[in-house]
Amino acid sequence: MGEIALSQVKKSFGGVSIIQGIDLTIADGEFVVFVGPSGCGKSTLLRLIAGLEDASSGTIAIDGRDATRLPPARRGLAMVFQSYALYPHMSVRKNIAFPLRMAGVPKAEQERKVEAAAKILNLVPYLDRRPGQLSGGQRQRVAIGRAIVREPAAFLFDEPLSNLDAALRVSMRQEISELHQTLKTTMIYVTHDQVEAMTMADKIVVLNAGRIEQVGSPIDLYRSPVNLFVAGFIGSPKMNFIEGAEAARHGAHTLGIRPEHIAVAEGGPWKGVVGISEHLGSDTFLKVEVAGVGTVNVRAGGEVALRYGDAVALAPQADKFHRFDATGKAL
Amino acid sequence: MATQASRITGRLMLSPAVILLLLWMIVPLAMTIYFSLLRFNLLMPGTEAFAGFENYQYFFTDPSFWPALANTLTLLLGVLAITVVGGIGLAVLLDQPMWGQGIVRILVIAPFFVMPSVSALVWKNMLMNPVNGLFAALARGLGLTPVDFFADVPLASIIVIVAWQWLPFATLILLTAMQSLDQEQMEAAEMDGAGWFWRFLHLTLPHLTRAITVVVLIQTIFLLSVFAEILVTTNGGPGTASTTLTFLVYMQSMLQFDVGLGSAGGIVAVILANIVAVFLMRMIGKNLEG
Repeated sequence: MGEIALSQVKKSFGGVSIIQGIDLTIADGEFVVFVGPSGCGKSTLLRLIAGLEDASSGTIAIDGRDATRLPPARRGLAMVFQSYALYPHMSVRKNIAFPLRMAGVPKAEQERKVEAAAKILNLVPYLDRRPGQLSGGQRQRVAIGRAIVREPAAFLFDEPLSNLDAALRVSMRQEISELHQTLKTTMIYVTHDQVEAMTMADKIVVLNAGRIEQVGSPIDLYRSPVNLFVAGFIGSPKMNFIEGAEAARHGAHTLGIRPEHIAVAEGGPWKGVVGISEHLGSDTFLKVEVAGVGTVNVRAGGEVALRYGDAVALAPQADKFHRFDATGKAL
Repeated sequence: MATQASRITGRLMLSPAVILLLLWMIVPLAMTIYFSLLRFNLLMPGTEAFAGFENYQYFFTDPSFWPALANTLTLLLGVLAITVVGGIGLAVLLDQPMWGQGIVRILVIAPFFVMPSVSALVWKNMLMNPVNGLFAALARGLGLTPVDFFADVPLASIIVIVAWQWLPFATLILLTAMQSLDQEQMEAAEMDGAGWFWRFLHLTLPHLTRAITVVVLIQTIFLLSVFAEILVTTNGGPGTASTTLTFLVYMQSMLQFDVGLGSAGGIVAVILANIVAVFLMRMIGKNLEG
């Protein structure tokens, strides 16, 4: 079981309020991603759940039991740190067995559990090495191994992939997702990378300046962001925001349209001139200067042969417009 | 260095320094070895004559030799034990965030800046004196008989004084090492259910091994030559109770004016220091690798 409920959780450091009243329920077995720009409080929130920081006020309940004042070890959670935080002078085997050893688990059972975890994570050949002799991805797996042997109520990941290179990040991302499918344990995952959030999460929590902006499934957040912040943060490349006359024509203060919902089409209503174009093979990202609208990013097909300075007509999909009022709320 | 020319230039540039250092070491060593082979007494000038290994024979059969060797090693091990254990303890305490941290740290380092002879005098006259000393006053206040430290436990008293001087050094080195301990590791261990003691045993202590090695090696070099503290307090006595090899060499060459015997003792001390160094490097030197 791993249901976690936060109610009115607040945290301030010396008068500076970092977390400003968070209410959130995480269901058992859910994969929840906290995402937001740096400094938004997402790591602090995770550390509050872990018990590494004390909440200034509010309650944290794990499986219906108030855990606000419990020390980290007694919350039954396991955490994977950004720097992996492996114990450098212990072998991989001892690293993974450490939480079991601290819990007083008999030697034979420790051995069995370490072997099992190593098998899941493909670490068997490395069990007798030191962390210093492993690559980044292997260290990451050891850190995960150390977490899974405890059979925790929930896993907490604090930006676990940010020290890995791009290719490894993609494969580790998939491994973690697969692990979640196998273990069916609650996972809370902190990242600033919205691609990780979109690909892994059952539920995304978008944080900004210590507040929750929106909670929902990746596709909900993509389809119907509640405000400008979420609209701009979720989705890559970023949503276009248009203000002024064109927005007013649609009855909004700010008009949002994603680059993938604009087509390059003869006779489209927006006439413009192509600026920078980035050819990725599968896609082409165009920056188009549209008269009366502004600079618009467009995702076109890979074979589009437009060059700098070419005239182009754009056709936005009318049903994909997002309309926001002057305060940034979705209409 | 890439080319033949630059290698040669490099060696040329280095050679004055290397030659100077070599002479600096070799000349006194050679002279000591030379003197140790002479019958050379300052009271009888002009009677110097080659004596072979006679001086060494006299030095080894001197009734003070074995006690002096034992005292040297006791002093070394005693001070090392106190400073390493105490240094770790102080480093752990000073690493905690607290009010007035800067001042406290400076106070802890202070004894290191006091000259050995001065600190020995302070200990002798103000703290350990059986009549006027602070410890004697405390003992009397508790209704106990004051201890005459330098008469009853001379070597232990000197160990305490020397340890007091070297504790700041150990603390400083260990504290610096402590500060480089990764906090995320500590937090990970905390989540893994390791209490304070286990975190200390499994994370802090292994992290400190290299620093402890440095402390032990550097202190050993200096502790083998402790002299001022003995001269100021006990003069090697009572009897030979606090005579170390260094002090024995001093007594023979400067009190008995027997330069030949003193030189032989000096060479023995050099050899002993090298033996200790080899042992130390064998035992703990591997901590410095990697």
